[in-house]
Amino acid sequence: MMFDYTILTSNWREIFDGICLSLELWLGGSLLGLVLGLALATVHHYGDFIVRALIAAYVGIFRGTPLLIQLFVLYYGGPSFGLVLSPVAAGLIGLTIYGSAQFVEIFRAGFAAIGPGQIEAAKMSGLGAMQTLWHIQIPQMLLIILPSLVNMMVIMTKETAILSVISIPELTAVMSGIGASTYAFAETLFALAAFYWVLLEGVSAVGRLAENRVSRYLAK
Amino acid sequence: MTSLMAEMFPVFTVGVRSTILFSIGSVGLGFCVGVLICAMRLGRSRSLYVLSSFYVSAMRGMPLFVQLLIAYYCLPLVGFNVSPEVSALLTLAACTGAYQAEILRGGFLGIPPGQIEAARMSGLNSWQILRHIQVPQAVRLTFPSLLNEAVAMVKASSLISAVGVLELTRAAQNIAASTYRPLPVYLTAGAIYLVITVGVSVAGAILERRLRVGQAS
Repeated sequence: MMFDYTILTSNWREIFDGICLSLELWLGGSLLGLVLGLALATVHHYGDFIVRALIAAYVGIFRGTPLLIQLFVLYYGGPSFGLVLSPVAAGLIGLTIYGSAQFVEIFRAGFAAIGPGQIEAAKMSGLGAMQTLWHIQIPQMLLIILPSLVNMMVIMTKETAILSVISIPELTAVMSGIGASTYAFAETLFALAAFYWVLLEGVSAVGRLAENRVSRYLAK
Repeated sequence: MTSLMAEMFPVFTVGVRSTILFSIGSVGLGFCVGVLICAMRLGRSRSLYVLSSFYVSAMRGMPLFVQLLIAYYCLPLVGFNVSPEVSALLTLAACTGAYQAEILRGGFLGIPPGQIEAARMSGLNSWQILRHIQVPQAVRLTFPSLLNEAVAMVKASSLISAVGVLELTRAAQNIAASTYRPLPVYLTAGAIYLVITVGVSVAGAILERRLRVGQAS
């Protein structure tokens, strides 16, 4: 098996676009998922019995089914109820919803980790519910759940590869497309694997750095 | 609607059976891989440690989907002409094996070293210690995480539809293509996955309670 690097260099424009789209979908889906997850976890924290049950059902459904099926329902099933999406839009929304269900669980654990005494103390000091949430609960929670958040960001990078199945031209689709037209599967697929590996190690390294900073701050 | 149900049922039955078999097969084979890799990472040999660490990093560092594509397209290039089913099963097992190895490693490290010393003093050899002291406790300690991994594999097995293996997701694609009714078909597939993953979680929770019997709390 010989490696022919010209296959990669002669298609560099297409590959570059694929890398950009993969990164955009990863960052977009993760950040939107984070925000939605935090919002749902906050509503869950303060909500009554019915709200809690609804959010639990949301989490259960989107964590209990494969992302692939969720994407198919959204992209192929969407037109049946009037939701016609471009592949990229469907991918972004799919990733966001899928990610949010995982992030809700992380944030819920974060809320639970902050002692009720602090909330009482904040109330006694005259802080409103919103102020307590913003100044007391969320900052501490972020420090506690940082490792889980980094881990989830890492998982999200890998999930973007699945988006190629609904014909989104991200890196996995680009690479397997080049492979299919040139039969150079070894070059394209190993380059693809290397890209993800480097990205993942990079994200993990940044995460470790952030955790070190945070733990130093906590130790003070 | 009834005609759609009639059309879906036989294909979904085949798909569900395949999804369950691939899940059980990959988790079982993956457990063997996991124990082996875990032993290499915890053993004394420096080279085996480096080799197994590389394996874990590579397997966890790239998407399972990419691994499946590599196995599907590249194994024949190097002379392994295996069927898509076999290559998919081996890839799933190799991937979950790396995750299970890391889970088990946490469990092995959680066993107090005094127990190993005590077992050695009682005349057990390394294999007996592994078999009777370490593995049972490591599995008990890590059971919730291993269960999570099993649920993740049920979901991950949906990806093998992309390399042409007939399982639940592929079955849904086939029915959706022939009936032009993607929404009810994919919702049904999702509901079946939900039943399987919830079923595994519930069965696991019951099993976990049984495992705790006889253990000092």
